[in-house]
Amino acid sequence: MQPASSRLIDALRAAAGADAVLWRAGELFVYECDALTHHTGRPAAVVLPRTADEVAACVAACAREGVPFVPRGAGTGLSGGAIAFGGAVVIECARMNRILEIDPVDRVAVVQPGVVNADLSRAAAPFDLHFAPDPSSQQACTLGGNVAENSGGPHTLEYGSTTAHVLAVELVLASGERVRLGSRAGGEPGYDLTGAVVGSEGTFGVVTEVTVRLTPVPEAVETLLAIFPDVVSACHGVGAVIRAGLVPAALEIVDRRTIAAVEASVYAAGLPLDAGAVLIAELDGPAVALPRQVERVRTLCGANGATRVEVARDAAERQRFWRARKGAFGAMGRLAPDLYVHDAVVPRSKLPEVLEAVCAIGDRHGLTLSNVFHAGDGNLHPNISFDRRDEDELRRVLAAGSEILELCVRAGGVISGEHGIGAEKQDFMPLLFTPDDLDAMRRLRAVFDPERRSNPGKIFPTTRFCVESNPKARGYERVSFDP
Amino acid sequence: MSQGPSAPGTLEATRILTKSLDCVHCGLCLPVCPTYRETGREMSSPRGRVYLARGVAEGSIAFDDVVADEMGLCLGCRACETACPSGVQFGALLDEMRAEVERRGLRGGLAKRIETLALRGIVPHPARLRALVSLLGLAQRLGLDRPLLRLAPAALRERAALLPRVPSKADRAPLPALVPAVGDKRGRVGFFVGCIMPELFGDVSHATVRVLARNGFDVVVAPGQGCCGALHAHAGDSERANELARRNVTAFDAAGVDMVVVDSAGCGAALRDAGRWLPGTGERLAATVRDVSELLDAAGLRSPPGRIDARVCYDDPCHLVHGQGVYEAPRRLLEQIVGVRLVSHEDPTACCGAAGIYNLTHPAMSSAVLGHKMRALAAVDPDVIASGNPGCIMQLRAGVARFGLRAQVVHPVELLDRAYGGPSRAPDAPYL
Repeated sequence: MQPASSRLIDALRAAAGADAVLWRAGELFVYECDALTHHTGRPAAVVLPRTADEVAACVAACAREGVPFVPRGAGTGLSGGAIAFGGAVVIECARMNRILEIDPVDRVAVVQPGVVNADLSRAAAPFDLHFAPDPSSQQACTLGGNVAENSGGPHTLEYGSTTAHVLAVELVLASGERVRLGSRAGGEPGYDLTGAVVGSEGTFGVVTEVTVRLTPVPEAVETLLAIFPDVVSACHGVGAVIRAGLVPAALEIVDRRTIAAVEASVYAAGLPLDAGAVLIAELDGPAVALPRQVERVRTLCGANGATRVEVARDAAERQRFWRARKGAFGAMGRLAPDLYVHDAVVPRSKLPEVLEAVCAIGDRHGLTLSNVFHAGDGNLHPNISFDRRDEDELRRVLAAGSEILELCVRAGGVISGEHGIGAEKQDFMPLLFTPDDLDAMRRLRAVFDPERRSNPGKIFPTTRFCVESNPKARGYERVSFDP
Repeated sequence: MSQGPSAPGTLEATRILTKSLDCVHCGLCLPVCPTYRETGREMSSPRGRVYLARGVAEGSIAFDDVVADEMGLCLGCRACETACPSGVQFGALLDEMRAEVERRGLRGGLAKRIETLALRGIVPHPARLRALVSLLGLAQRLGLDRPLLRLAPAALRERAALLPRVPSKADRAPLPALVPAVGDKRGRVGFFVGCIMPELFGDVSHATVRVLARNGFDVVVAPGQGCCGALHAHAGDSERANELARRNVTAFDAAGVDMVVVDSAGCGAALRDAGRWLPGTGERLAATVRDVSELLDAAGLRSPPGRIDARVCYDDPCHLVHGQGVYEAPRRLLEQIVGVRLVSHEDPTACCGAAGIYNLTHPAMSSAVLGHKMRALAAVDPDVIASGNPGCIMQLRAGVARFGLRAQVVHPVELLDRAYGGPSRAPDAPYL
């Protein structure tokens, strides 16, 4: 961490108001990590603007002082995307939480970036609309963060991830200039620059306004709970449902260890503790179409080893299932102080063998590994419980993590489904991309931020740094930025 | 960095560290935290406060004003515990941190002076409290309170607006030592009286005892009991909290009752924590503690004969819903009163900003938090707001006045008592 100059603090105060700037050591300490706690980076200052004008003024102040900055939402990210490297200023968007407009005819909402994902769906509910991407952290995470990471969620299977729902953005570039990309009508001609911003992890600037698509709330929903003896047979069940031509809204697998943790928590939903794994299958659409689909899923799960299939009795029970599913990450805190939530994608057909291999990797390293994931998308979340104070355990966690990523890439997959690359996976980018690929990405980034002052040190591999060679992986000790 | 008796590695630091390790940093607590909602600042969120606690326990940051102020700014509503999948015992951690703040002498100023006077000089001494309340009542009856207050500084005036009307002499009359059950006896319960309740809400205490008796419970008012110690524990005065818990354990041990019934949510939550101070005896007492709504709901309410035509909005006291996990019971009871239509507002389980004496020590934040609550209540415009905690009742009454609502603010048990006909005038049962 580099102490902020008093000139920078004064400039930020002038930009956003005195009560909007944090600079004392204890205040900055809590911003050193997001929900992936073993990567850290302490900011030089934190500023909490309320409007796009204030953001632009803050970014301009950073530009004048030659200081980098990092946009941040609720700090629920799982790839260290919102932590500050190189004495960056955190631009915290939590106070930019106004829903500016909901238009049920255009079926769009215009929001500030700090609006909480679930709050938007609540506000759209009177119009029978909702915002479809529903990450597990949706009660807390912000739409700005969803845009930065191209967040997914269980219902991505039917509705697509955030990028499918963003129509336009307003962005403050590192120069302080404000630009608008996309249109609320959707489908802007020319290059899809809005699409490029979604998933850019804050490296293009600070998103200050988002126009999103709203989706009608389906007429009917049925949620099934299929109980399998183990995770692998549940994966076979998933394959069978998809092969049969069904389009479920969500297909989620929760394993035994996760069930035990969730059932011990305030989110207990009565999931069976004796199950090897449960498959949560959700079907939605016109009420008349659902009974037949429910029967088909039931039959297909039974044929693939499900010992029992239950259907949620009512909306309340369905909500309990989802709350349990979405509380799973936090519930793992019951096992150990830290959790490394991995995120990788493999082709669905490969799920059974990959899952088996993932569990073997965890066992080989003597780690507590659990699986709760978006099976329908082939989006794995192997979760490793650990204590970051135990250096040997952390070293094994990181080693297992890298083996898991290599395994997924070998299976034809990719190294992130929805959490982003951030500070976590930048050194795995060469697994997927050639130096030329990465160079092309750097040039795209340079169009928006030629000086690399917006969220530096993320996404691109660091040359002088290797995760395995530095088990502590303390981000703020890093010296190199994007080469 | 101030190195007090509890530097990293000491017993206190270890206790704080152990509790902080339960947090896996998921962030699900953020949206339910009143001070995070108000400020958007990480260190004013539960996750941030736990991180600060871990930071000082591990010695990564100094135990300084930033840490002390954040522990003070927390309302202690424990809504984060209801949201926490990992089971962080935030309330207990907060109390530990506040005790540490006190040990290090990091708090001063007006807030601290008000608190010390109230918690050490008045609350634990029934006679002083009674005298003071009588004096206030006299001033109110003579109409002297308003003119006197006009002379006071603005900050004090606003705080004094929270004071309720002192109940009548009859309502402040001591409770009988035993009120026998009416009809078939369903149990013998001890009634926890508390310190503020009999003085400022004596009418509620009497109503609770009547409703319990009408539901078949012998009600014993055990001698020797006193203040629950909640305010002391939350202010970091663990020594006094411990003393007060011991006094209550002894009093109820001797009373020979099946359950200890409480009509003040804050007191109930504190008594349920007695095991923290007194392992064994405290845990035994804690296991018998029931909120009055919980006990009646579990036993099955005897249908009240009366009718109350009103739209009633139930507002959850934090230390009932978050501190004791009681959500459905009071709603189910109110629904059984003929004529009552229960309406819900946007966020009934959010704090109202009373938080013990927080409204006195942190008036600005308290007022902002109350603002959200009152706007939500105004949107449904109820006839009656029901909430089972004295602090919440006072705060909501102040809010109703300030925001121009027409609702009456009562304890749920008062509605039940009214539906049963209130105090009886029958000569053979003068009390009922």
